[in-house]
Amino acid sequence: MTIRTETQNEPHIFEASAGNSVVLEARDLRKHYAVKRGAFKPMATVKALDGVSFRLQAGKTLAVVGESGCGKSTLARSVTMIEPPTSGELHYDGRDVVGRSAAEMKELRRTVQMVFQNPYGSLNPRKTVGSILTEPLVINTAMDKHERRDRAVAMMGKVGLRPDQVDRYPHMFSGGQRQRIAIARALMLNPRVVVADEPVSALDVSIQAQVLNLMMDLQEELNLAYLFISHDLSVVRHIADSLMVMYLGKPVEHGAKDVVFTRPRHPYTRILLAATPRVNPDLRLDRVVPKGELPSPLNPPPGCAFHKRCPFATERCSAEVPPLRPVDERLVACHYAEKMD
Amino acid sequence: MPLLDIKNLSVEFTTRAGTFRAVDGIDLTVDEGEVVGIVGESGSGKSVTSLAVMGLLGSNGRVVADRMMFGGRDLLTMPAAQRRKITGKDVAMVFQEPMTSLNPCFTVGFQIMETLRVHEGLSGKALRNRAIALLEQVGIPAPETRLSAFPHQLSGGMNQRVMIAIAIACNPRLLVADEPTTALDVTIQKQILDLLVQLQRERGMALILITHDMGVVAETAQRVVVMYAGQVAETRPVQSLFERPRHPYTGALLDALPERALGKRRLPTIPGMVPGIADRPAGCLFSPRCRFADARCRAERPALFDVDDGRARCFYPLPDGHPAAGEAL
Repeated sequence: MTIRTETQNEPHIFEASAGNSVVLEARDLRKHYAVKRGAFKPMATVKALDGVSFRLQAGKTLAVVGESGCGKSTLARSVTMIEPPTSGELHYDGRDVVGRSAAEMKELRRTVQMVFQNPYGSLNPRKTVGSILTEPLVINTAMDKHERRDRAVAMMGKVGLRPDQVDRYPHMFSGGQRQRIAIARALMLNPRVVVADEPVSALDVSIQAQVLNLMMDLQEELNLAYLFISHDLSVVRHIADSLMVMYLGKPVEHGAKDVVFTRPRHPYTRILLAATPRVNPDLRLDRVVPKGELPSPLNPPPGCAFHKRCPFATERCSAEVPPLRPVDERLVACHYAEKMD
Repeated sequence: MPLLDIKNLSVEFTTRAGTFRAVDGIDLTVDEGEVVGIVGESGSGKSVTSLAVMGLLGSNGRVVADRMMFGGRDLLTMPAAQRRKITGKDVAMVFQEPMTSLNPCFTVGFQIMETLRVHEGLSGKALRNRAIALLEQVGIPAPETRLSAFPHQLSGGMNQRVMIAIAIACNPRLLVADEPTTALDVTIQKQILDLLVQLQRERGMALILITHDMGVVAETAQRVVVMYAGQVAETRPVQSLFERPRHPYTGALLDALPERALGKRRLPTIPGMVPGIADRPAGCLFSPRCRFADARCRAERPALFDVDDGRARCFYPLPDGHPAAGEAL
């Protein structure tokens, strides 16, 4: 594990291990939205994503966790260029992405594909599985009809669907099967990176386990990198290699999974871990009950964004924004990270 | 005598494809002040059970039961007008999505006061004060000003607190919470669960907590009912159920949790799907997915048998709680 330190105004970047090639890199990614607050009030800015940096390597999984409104879905949309970031750098496979022409972008997009949360909403109900899976090939490749169909059928086998289901419509499948279709669609163009935004949160436990197993098998087989967005820490603990905890658009803790899970150093990470319901009583942590709710992103508190809910906050926290800095093998944004044991 | 005593409850829906039995002969008892968790995957009939208890099923849902008693009164033979007096007063419910279960056209205050007006006959200043006190009890800051807020002006967690305030307004003896925290973030979920348990303790109220989240049940309930395809698969005290599940379905469900698979690469899964309207097996409903099923399981429907401290619907209950000797399915 290495943490690259700040040189030439470059932010700290956490890198899980040296060696594997970096397939997705974000540097100080920001996405700001202008919002109307009323006819006579000035426009306000929501900093949905406010300075996120990471490196994702082939065959690895980076999990992004946080509550609603923390910017994790905005991160997914920015990284996939569904909504280009306001500022910052983004590299696919070492190639700069921001500011490219539409034609160049079309080529680059193949590297990074996405699986959405709700398999009931993300598949067109009027298209058969076959046409859902071949559509990316129609747009991006010169393959003829038969080649495309062969590829679709082969991919269905890979994700555990029967080839004879190719002419069926999405409503004929269960939630877990639909998520398999969505995964198959994301893999049709042989991407290096799959961004999965809450891919299992709409599924029942037993189906969730099947889809997680499938994702891990595909990762091993195809050397895929996952940017896995989730609010469920037990799922994340199972699938991730490294972990980024976000709060109000900013990463608050970012490091290797085992480091962050066993020795969390940001109070918010600790609260998230303690609030996750556990089946095993031995795994339950001391009850730090979180105070209050997420502040409005339109009007974030000064200083550390978390200080109003933090049980350890001091005056310094309400005045000074804590920078993301290396402490004990991970990056953490807390003035008192050293004291959190 | 238990507070709620249900024997052999079935709920049938008439659809174009035929009659569908969503709940199939379940027994459910809840004692005064007890917290019972009902867990199951989607389609297991847990929500329909709660709606049947509340008397909130639509006209296409047919409720049949041998016995359905609440506080010594028979809910089945009771006239509808009388039943309505119980619903919302002695038995109250908290629904899954606070954003959709509150009326967007009325203020939060109006919706709380409506309950109090109908069931308690309060009015004027007394009514308003009770509403403020209730909001305070469920932990809403500045309750006087929140009375005039509309649901869209409040967060999901706050709206769920309002729903709970409405539910406890008339001091119910039984509160049914159907997935009360599913739409909420984990930290807010923690706050709401703590609130429910605290209210339950303070008021000695019985609580039925319906959820798909095993962790939530394990941390909150005293006794657990595991449902599968409209039937009770297993019912046991919480600790022994999670330590030594006896029904293969419970065991497999617990093993599929990522929390229990620490260090393992693959999660054990349950093959196949919950049987639907057309493909109900002749024998045990879980037999097509059960790795221990034999000819008898496929031919005969097991009854709920007594096992140590509870009951399980299985001919061959698991001896030590684990279906597999470590090996993945």
